[in-house]
Formats: sequence, structure tokens, C-alpha cells
Amino acid sequence: MSDSDCNLCAIGPANPVESVLRLDRIPTIWCPGCGIGTSVNSFAFALMNSGLDLKKVVIVSGIGCSGRVSGYVDLDAFHTTHGRAIPFATGLKLANPELTVIVYSGDGDLTSIGGNHLIHAARRNVDIKVFCVNNMIYAMTGGQAAATTPGAALSTTTPYGCFEPDLNIPHLVDAAGACYVARWTTYHVKQLERSMGEALKKKGFSFIEILSPCPTYFQRKNNMGDGLAAMEDYKKRSKIRNGAPTGEIAIVPGGDIIVGKFVDRERLDYLALMRQQLGSHYHERGCQTC
Amino acid sequence: MAKGSVRVTAERCKGCGFCVAFCPTHVLQLSSAFNSKGYHPPSMIAPEKCSGCNLCGMYCPDFAIFGFRTGDSQKGKEAA
Repeated sequence: MSDSDCNLCAIGPANPVESVLRLDRIPTIWCPGCGIGTSVNSFAFALMNSGLDLKKVVIVSGIGCSGRVSGYVDLDAFHTTHGRAIPFATGLKLANPELTVIVYSGDGDLTSIGGNHLIHAARRNVDIKVFCVNNMIYAMTGGQAAATTPGAALSTTTPYGCFEPDLNIPHLVDAAGACYVARWTTYHVKQLERSMGEALKKKGFSFIEILSPCPTYFQRKNNMGDGLAAMEDYKKRSKIRNGAPTGEIAIVPGGDIIVGKFVDRERLDYLALMRQQLGSHYHERGCQTC
Repeated sequence: MAKGSVRVTAERCKGCGFCVAFCPTHVLQLSSAFNSKGYHPPSMIAPEKCSGCNLCGMYCPDFAIFGFRTGDSQKGKEAA
């Protein structure tokens, strides 16, 4: 949609994030009180302030509520099968190294169904940016327990409470070798925007976990109020500890939520290692499409 | 004198109340009016306090509200 088509522009300023959104797709399908849209605001500002050529930025997502982000952002977008956003993004980056490849998906998609892909993309240090919206449950598929569902929480598949220990995702990707690891909540919009901007500039595997309310499944099943109650809870319980050891930041029900930038390290990425190893045997062909 | 203002696209609003709760100067409240989906969009109760910081816009999950600095305050700043 161009500026001249926008009827808001005629009567005053327009919402700045609208320039990177597909307005014909809005209103979104997200429930009232869901935090995914809030994280999209931070993402939109990070994208606008990054100075990147948006024609060379690609967003990939899997299945789930957060997977819908790729349809609302006005970038080249791919909505892939469940859990397979990262392999798709890896292929995309290797086929056309000029692109900035962003994976925007949920915890169920990235860490539960696609958990193995997450570990190996971090190990290989593929230069992709992974933004994981963690609402602690499989929301779109009906509220089943995911690998991130914290202790004793009720869900559709755990009617007597979840007894499986949950996954500390920043610790997992840190151990696998990610270059940039951060965690924020949807309450920390400004910090999240800055962190996403840093991740977009960072060379190597970058991972940001975004804790988000899920009023329809997680909050309702566990009598935790609506989306606003979850946001107030994040405000109360979050403690910013940049550089905290990722082994100590597991989410404990009722305990502090440790947020911040935990890892920022330099490592050779997959393409650099491949070029180094293959030397003159490796010929990079120019992009066939642009 | 208000330094800024907000603009609401009422039809996109789902009445979550994030903008009302996290406005630093408590400018907003959910109005008693309905939009066509039956939600109460926000309205300004203290427009003179608005600083135009756009924090409401950052929090809004449905892109239904945003804040902007008004021309008057910018002129005032230049004169001061």
C-alpha cells in the first residue's frame, strides 16, 4: 500500500509501523491480550532503524500463532511446515548469502517440534536471526503442553499438571554455540527493539527469546487472568541481568524472570568455514534472481 | 499545553488495555463506546498530559493506536 492510498495520511500522521506491515491482512487473528503483536511493533521499529535494504530481508516462520507474523510483515515471507522454519532458512541463506534471513516463530515450533534443527543451526553457526515468541504452550493447535511449559501447569494434554521439567532455551542455544542470545518479555518493548536491532547486525546465529502472554490457553487454564495480568506480572517479576550465566536463568513459576542480553560472542559462521575449508574448490555463483 | 497526541483506529482495537495500563502519564482510558466487534477502544481522559512518546503504539498488539509529537510543542521548543 503506498502512502497516497492511505486515508489516514490525508488527515494527519500515520502509525509509523504501518510502513512495514501488510495492512490488507489486518486485523490480525491474535486474541485480545496476546503479546505477539507487541513484539511485532518492536520488530518493525528495529527493522526500520536498521538501515537494511528491505528487499534483501526475508522472514521465515513455521506453524503457530507466532508463525502468522510472516504474513503481516511486508517482507519476502515464507510460511513453512511445522518445526521446519530453521532448515528452510538455512537453505535460503546458503543459496543466497546476500539475504538477511529472519526466523520468527513460536516455542512449540522452534524448540519442541523443530528442537533438533535449532540445536544444529546454532552448532553450525548459520548466519540467521531467530526470534522465538515463548508463550509456554502450543497455542494455535489447542493448548497442548510444549517443551517450555513450566512445572505443574495445566494444559489440554496435562489435565493433572505438567510433571516434565521444562527447557531453558537460552541455555540450550548458548551451549550449542550461538553468537548472540537474549531474552526479553513483551513488557520490555524498547529493550526488545534495541536487542533485535543488534541481532540484525550480528554476524552468526542470533537468538532472542520473547516471553509473551497467552490469555486464551496458558493464562485461562491456569487461572492467571488475562493478557494484561500477565504483562503486569512480567513488570513485577522481571530482573534485568545482562551477561548472566545462561545456566542460572531457568524460568521458575512465581520466581524472578531473568531478562537481558546473555551472550555476545564472535565465531566464524558456516559460510566462512565452508569457504575456508574448500578454498579454491568453492565457486560462488551470482544470484540468479536479482 | 500538550506536547503530543494519540490517534486511535477504533476498528482494529481488541480492548486489551495495554495502552491504558502502560501510558507513563496516564492519558488514556477504555471508553464506554463500542466498535463494530464489541470492544471498547481507548480514548484520552487527560489530553493535556500526553507527551507523544508513542509507548502506547509500541505496546498495542493490534497496531490500533500510536502517539506523535504535535507541531505546536516543536515550535515551542524552538522558541524556548
